[in-house]
Amino acid sequence: MKTLFTSLAILAFSATCFAQNSPVPSADIKTLDGKTVNTSSFENDGKPYVISFWATWCKPCIRELTAIAENYEDWQEETGMKLIAVSIDDARNSRKVMPFINGMGWDYEVYLDANQDFKRKMNVNGVPHTFLVDGNNKIVWSHNSYAAGDEYHLYELIEKLSNGESIDE
Amino acid sequence: MNNLRKKVLGGLFLFSSSFAFAQNPGQISGNFQVDFQVYQPDSLIGAEEVPEGLLMNGFANVNYTRDEFSAGLRYESYLNPMLGFDTRYKGSGITYRYASYDNGFIKATIGNFYDQFGSGLLLRAYEERNLGYDNAFDGFHIAVNPGKGVRLKALIGKQRAFFDYSNGIVRGFDGEWVLNEGLKSMETSATTVIVGGSFVSKFQADQDPFYKLPENVAAGSGRLNIIRGGFDFFTEYAYKINDPSAANGFIYKPGEALLVTASYSRKGMGIILGAKRIDNMDFRSDRTATGNVLLINYLPALTKQHTYTIAAFYPYATQPNGELGVQGELFYTFKKGSFLGGKYGTKLSVNLSAAQSIERSPIHDTIAVGESGTLGYESEFLTPGETVYFRDFNFTLTKKFSKKWKGSFMYMNQSYNKAVIEGKPGFLKNQILVAEAQYKINTRHSIRMEAQGLFMEDDANPDNVDFGSWALGLVEYTVAPHYFVAVQDLYNYGNPDKTRRIHYFLASAGYVKGSSRIALNYGKQRAGIFCVGGICREVPASSGLSVSITSSF
Repeated sequence: MKTLFTSLAILAFSATCFAQNSPVPSADIKTLDGKTVNTSSFENDGKPYVISFWATWCKPCIRELTAIAENYEDWQEETGMKLIAVSIDDARNSRKVMPFINGMGWDYEVYLDANQDFKRKMNVNGVPHTFLVDGNNKIVWSHNSYAAGDEYHLYELIEKLSNGESIDE
Repeated sequence: MNNLRKKVLGGLFLFSSSFAFAQNPGQISGNFQVDFQVYQPDSLIGAEEVPEGLLMNGFANVNYTRDEFSAGLRYESYLNPMLGFDTRYKGSGITYRYASYDNGFIKATIGNFYDQFGSGLLLRAYEERNLGYDNAFDGFHIAVNPGKGVRLKALIGKQRAFFDYSNGIVRGFDGEWVLNEGLKSMETSATTVIVGGSFVSKFQADQDPFYKLPENVAAGSGRLNIIRGGFDFFTEYAYKINDPSAANGFIYKPGEALLVTASYSRKGMGIILGAKRIDNMDFRSDRTATGNVLLINYLPALTKQHTYTIAAFYPYATQPNGELGVQGELFYTFKKGSFLGGKYGTKLSVNLSAAQSIERSPIHDTIAVGESGTLGYESEFLTPGETVYFRDFNFTLTKKFSKKWKGSFMYMNQSYNKAVIEGKPGFLKNQILVAEAQYKINTRHSIRMEAQGLFMEDDANPDNVDFGSWALGLVEYTVAPHYFVAVQDLYNYGNPDKTRRIHYFLASAGYVKGSSRIALNYGKQRAGIFCVGGICREVPASSGLSVSITSSF
């Protein structure tokens, strides 16, 4: 036990670079047409983007993604941002994801993380969990859960990034 | 295990010290969650006295990543396990530790890992921390990506059960091929074809004094996925040789499972149809295990996963020993400006699902169906049995009325075979109504309200009435992006026992900052079934103050 804590302590001090401002970790996830892609290849031409973990059974997730969808065209036009929606639905619901997002009329880039490899790499406790990634592919902010109006706060931060300002929260 | 732990930690130590001055120090990340509850006895709702007064569950993950290398561990603590969690969790310890190397072509993991083959009919190791479910492997996992759309995986390991590992050893292999990436002739095809197959075998010594049991149980599966435009067709079939176990009553019948789904969607509408047949497909790394313990495979329920409190009172759980299930679901948006769409558009979803027994007939005149030590029964593949397990018809309408108001309405009609699903006598018929409204005061302040009702059909047999009818009212006030408060009254107004027509008041408040969240609940919670992602646990009634803290870093 002692070795464990010494190792952890040294590890914590020596590796000073924490997840905040770290690159998007590497994990294999699937596109809606069954192809495997690695998350380290995510990018948005030097513009900020959002990674949102959600599930078809998660009501707050759907409220959040619906609220963003109402503004999505404007947001994209103004800042060049995009949203990557990562579904953590398992075999029970993962086949529903494509008809679901089409039925909702969402235009997001959607992936399936049925084995939750990416969720674990991103240390997501529960959905919804939303990450903001800057133009250099660094995760600069994240938020857990959703309350109506959170989307405006998210957009303020996207605007800051898009104006080259830094986020200090 | 101790040896391995030392090696992993030694590795961590080496990496941490030698990289302290390197250019890329790597990243540390992780998360934690602590839940505790101070319990008050409440004889009226059946909340028993908890001798400890306070119970707590907690875990923390710490991961280290540097280029192609990653390692990490999880520490879990249950002092003592909260009500509703298996008491075998009592204690603390490192339950998950791994080291992994991944260069894009090959990925090797030692220690603990999770994985899923196909849709999981043969193998799926995963965790649902909030249910106390974790069947992680401890062993060796290799994934190879040779290109041309081919992916191969092989694993060997023992499965986790609480703070221990299974007796049985599981070996597995899976291959998947995206034909379009491998075949020249299909590169430009508008149709995507993906094929896959798995082989899984478990070994457990036979120490049974009575039966001669198979020590090695093999199982295989094949799958096919065809996608073209908005069409998607998927099917998987799995077969398992004889595997007598406590879960199937020690019958020697082989098991099989078939899953088929087909969907079509375009912008504004999506439709999916699914069917499955499961026959004697309970597959565990220990033949004596029962309950949610040491499962190797995952048999998804083909029913809608409800999340409104009252609609989730009676959820369905797959019957691994045999069931037929069908489901259809439609998602549709009435366009803005249309008659039903109004100014902002209206969303509709309709779901219909049914689960039924499979047909079972005796293998011989003198042998009862399911008699242990025999082949159990014979079953016609496509003939449904006579027992209704579950029916659910429901639809939801969601509409934005103005910039300030949004609303949802749900109707649900449910039949629930309590005897089959919970193992307690009873067959319930429910009608459920839910209305939800959200009022946006300004960009930060909102109020959300829910009114829900569960109306149980009357029956002379008290088993068929269970706790009777319920009503629920909820008001939630949120201040984005930090605060929420909510009050809820769940009223069991239709309980056949008039002294138990109780109000379950619950008050909640919380604070969210970035990826950290603190939530408090005070009040009464009903006994019931709590489900996440398709598996469920029974939660006893409780009363008191509970606190949940989560964070990730």
